[in-house]
Amino acid sequence: MEYVIEMLNIRKEFPGIVANDNITIQLKQGEIHALLGENGAGKSTLMNVLFGLYQPEQGEIRVKGKKVNITNPNIANDLGIGMVHQHFMLVEPFTVTQNIVLGSEPTKKTGVINVEKARKDIQEISDRYGLKVDPDAKISDISVGMQQRVEILKTLYRGAEVLIFDEPTAVLTPQEINELMEIMRSLIKEGKSIILITHKLKEIMEVCDRCTVIRKGKGIGTVNVAETNTNELASLMVGREVHFKTEKKQAEPKETVLTIENLVVKDARKVDLVKGLNLELRAGEIVGIAGVDGNGQSELIEAITGLRSAVSGKIKLNNKNITNKSPRKVTESGVGHIPQDRHRFGLVLDYSIGENIVLQTYYKKPYSKAKVLNYKAIYDQAQKIIKEYDVRTPSVYTKARALSGGNQQKAIIGREVDRSPDLLIAAQPTRGLDVGAIEFIHKKLIEERDKGKAILLISFELDEIMNVSDRIAVMFDGKIVADVKPEETSEQELGLLMAGSQVKEGDPNAIQ
Amino acid sequence: MPSNRLFTLLVPVVSVVMGLIAGAIIMHISGFNPIDGYSALWTGAFGDAYTIGETIRRSAPYILTGLSIAFAFRTGLFNIGAEGQVLVGWLAAVWVGLTIDAPMYIHLPLAILAAAVAGGLWAFVPGILKAKLGVHEVIVTIMMNYIALFTTNEIIRKVLTSGQTTTDTIAGSASLASEWMQSITFYSRVHYGILIALFAAAIMWFIIQRTTIGYELKSVGFNQHASRYAGMNVSKNIILSMVIAGMFAGLAGAMEGLGTYGNMSVTAGFSNLGFDGIAVALLGANTAIGVVFAAFLFGALKEGAGEMPTGAGIPTELVDIIIALIIFFVASSYIIRWVIVRFKKEGK
Ligand SMILES: Nc1ncnc2c1ncn2[C@@H]1O[C@H](COP(=O)(O)OP(=O)(O)OP(=O)(O)O)[C@@H](O)[C@H]1O
Ligand SMILES: [Mg+2]
Repeated sequence: MEYVIEMLNIRKEFPGIVANDNITIQLKQGEIHALLGENGAGKSTLMNVLFGLYQPEQGEIRVKGKKVNITNPNIANDLGIGMVHQHFMLVEPFTVTQNIVLGSEPTKKTGVINVEKARKDIQEISDRYGLKVDPDAKISDISVGMQQRVEILKTLYRGAEVLIFDEPTAVLTPQEINELMEIMRSLIKEGKSIILITHKLKEIMEVCDRCTVIRKGKGIGTVNVAETNTNELASLMVGREVHFKTEKKQAEPKETVLTIENLVVKDARKVDLVKGLNLELRAGEIVGIAGVDGNGQSELIEAITGLRSAVSGKIKLNNKNITNKSPRKVTESGVGHIPQDRHRFGLVLDYSIGENIVLQTYYKKPYSKAKVLNYKAIYDQAQKIIKEYDVRTPSVYTKARALSGGNQQKAIIGREVDRSPDLLIAAQPTRGLDVGAIEFIHKKLIEERDKGKAILLISFELDEIMNVSDRIAVMFDGKIVADVKPEETSEQELGLLMAGSQVKEGDPNAIQ
Repeated sequence: MPSNRLFTLLVPVVSVVMGLIAGAIIMHISGFNPIDGYSALWTGAFGDAYTIGETIRRSAPYILTGLSIAFAFRTGLFNIGAEGQVLVGWLAAVWVGLTIDAPMYIHLPLAILAAAVAGGLWAFVPGILKAKLGVHEVIVTIMMNYIALFTTNEIIRKVLTSGQTTTDTIAGSASLASEWMQSITFYSRVHYGILIALFAAAIMWFIIQRTTIGYELKSVGFNQHASRYAGMNVSKNIILSMVIAGMFAGLAGAMEGLGTYGNMSVTAGFSNLGFDGIAVALLGANTAIGVVFAAFLFGALKEGAGEMPTGAGIPTELVDIIIALIIFFVASSYIIRWVIVRFKKEGK
């Protein structure tokens, strides 16, 4: 059997760290090959080497048996290698077509861009693989799932035979994930080969043929997916047993921490997205908000945290009105927030990890005094957080940008949880984390609960909601439509509720 | 890859060297001896105590406009308006210098302060327009430059004089002139302003690197969303950044009004202090210390250029081209950066 891609004994160093240490991965024609490893294990780095973004210090890359030297992404393109990045690289105000042709514009004889031809080609590829992309839509107007398809289209348009997906499902809703799996299958049917990075073992079991595992930059081996199971994969990658279900005691809810009454919030386009929502949250409990993306969850969080103003209604924290208070006031009255979009809200990527750790507290003692920063105190605190939360970084002085996606997330979680706020809003807290880290974060959330804090968990993953919450509030069309206990419900029932099915008062099992 | 610090140092140095080489080639092609040309440039800038004094005098306002642009840039803003801020600062300083009667320890600081406040106010306008309405600061600052030019001209003609083109000389109690600095430099026009400029550089470093103010300003420049999330007031910080930048530029005006000239004249065009400040900031990699060195280089080039026609017979037009070439290479440090990276890779 000939391999389409072989990466042999690859070594890649960054200042202070060996990201890839003698890793080998071989991709067969027509297979979906998973690349599995902990946060910071070096997966993205390895793929960036293949895509020509980084030059390896050692090792050899072969394409269809021929040794190649990929010094930049254009060469990768020419060799038929395309990459869908962990964080998209699209120009927001441009249309789909403009984004796709960018850098390889088809021209007429006069040198003018041949837009018509581009549109037709894109439409044709989109139809062939069932991508359902509108070539004329603006990037800023389409969903994250669609943006990802644009990235896929971009690689196909450039003639990719081998597609690299770096954590494509981390940003998708369950529905979109299913669709992506379908797309991958149809790509394989058309003769493409795929390398898939994901932390979700279920996905590997579902679509992949083989799986290469790396740990702390070193290759552990390649297994046939048909001959393994999720437990084995997890322990291969982490190096120990992983518990998927987190142990916890019965919750003991105490006084009310958060009260939301008849809240109405508009989105950027002035459409009501939260429509008279009521919710109550007590100290010592974790309430999970289950719902399909776009039912007002983001707007709800932004309204509570002061990032978006509420049109009407009331938000009270510990019986104090915090409606439409500034984010600083809200934070100071005891709210912590793990934001859904870590690059937009969670981090200043050009600041060091240390500077990011004090993003909400820099103006307080001991981090500053009379407006003069105390860098020692700042970096000491950062040191503590990266140790406690296992943030893998060469140092606290490293820019946040240089951390792997999962480690950025762990730094944010560490920062928010360490302040131990009365109310912690955790939006998709484990997005992009490996199974070991997820287990750890869930434990931390439960620990906070046991300390008597209130936690609002927003997640699109029903597993996570079912596993961690003490109470599940189902959000549909801007309202909480059901309030159920995880022990008394099932994923099926939740699924129906999330789709807007009615439940009779007081009888969670009766679904119309 | 060279270490980052070395690299930031290498880029401007190589830029300057390449600019000098390009200038040499131009001189050679035009039939002049580059060595004579450059030794005249050197003599013109550092030949004796007098020229050294003049070089320092020229550098002081460059430091301040360089700081102005660098400060704004570090916080994500592009201040093209230093030119106008210099003019209003200059006018304010001279105005206070002319109209107020007070002992030196009040008069001089007051005049300096007036320049800073005027520059700050001038920058406040683009700041608030950007913060509240999202109008791009480049457009507004450019327009503010013209408004400053015509307004100051008009005020000199109609308010400070009756129809004259130059104001009276300011009172001695508001002057930055320094008897002893002049005496050790054969009576050049060097003045205490250089101390103010160096002090301002220290202030900029301190604000940017050591204070919560700088932390907020940079954060807003890098990522407004995260800054809002962190509880910072984004609008306030944008305005503050522009105002501080404007104050630096306004001080540059005080250098001219209270130091070099002691008055202000109606002009047809810009002083170019603000525009050259952009190149100074670029060359200085937007750091306070870098700006100081870059400003001295600019001061020396401009001062030394005066000697090239007399010392080496090179026509002033050609001198302007050579200086422009050096600035061009400095400003295109991006290309130089690229070349160095390229070179390093191949060397491996
Ligand atoms: N540009 C860079 N500069 C310095 N260090 C880097 C850079 N990119 C990655 N690293 C480091 O290399 C290591 C591997 O990072 P990489 O992004 O490949 O991890 P990953 O396996 O993709 O993790 P995740 O699952 O969290 O995305 C990390 O320790 C990271 O801090
Ligand atoms: Mg990664």
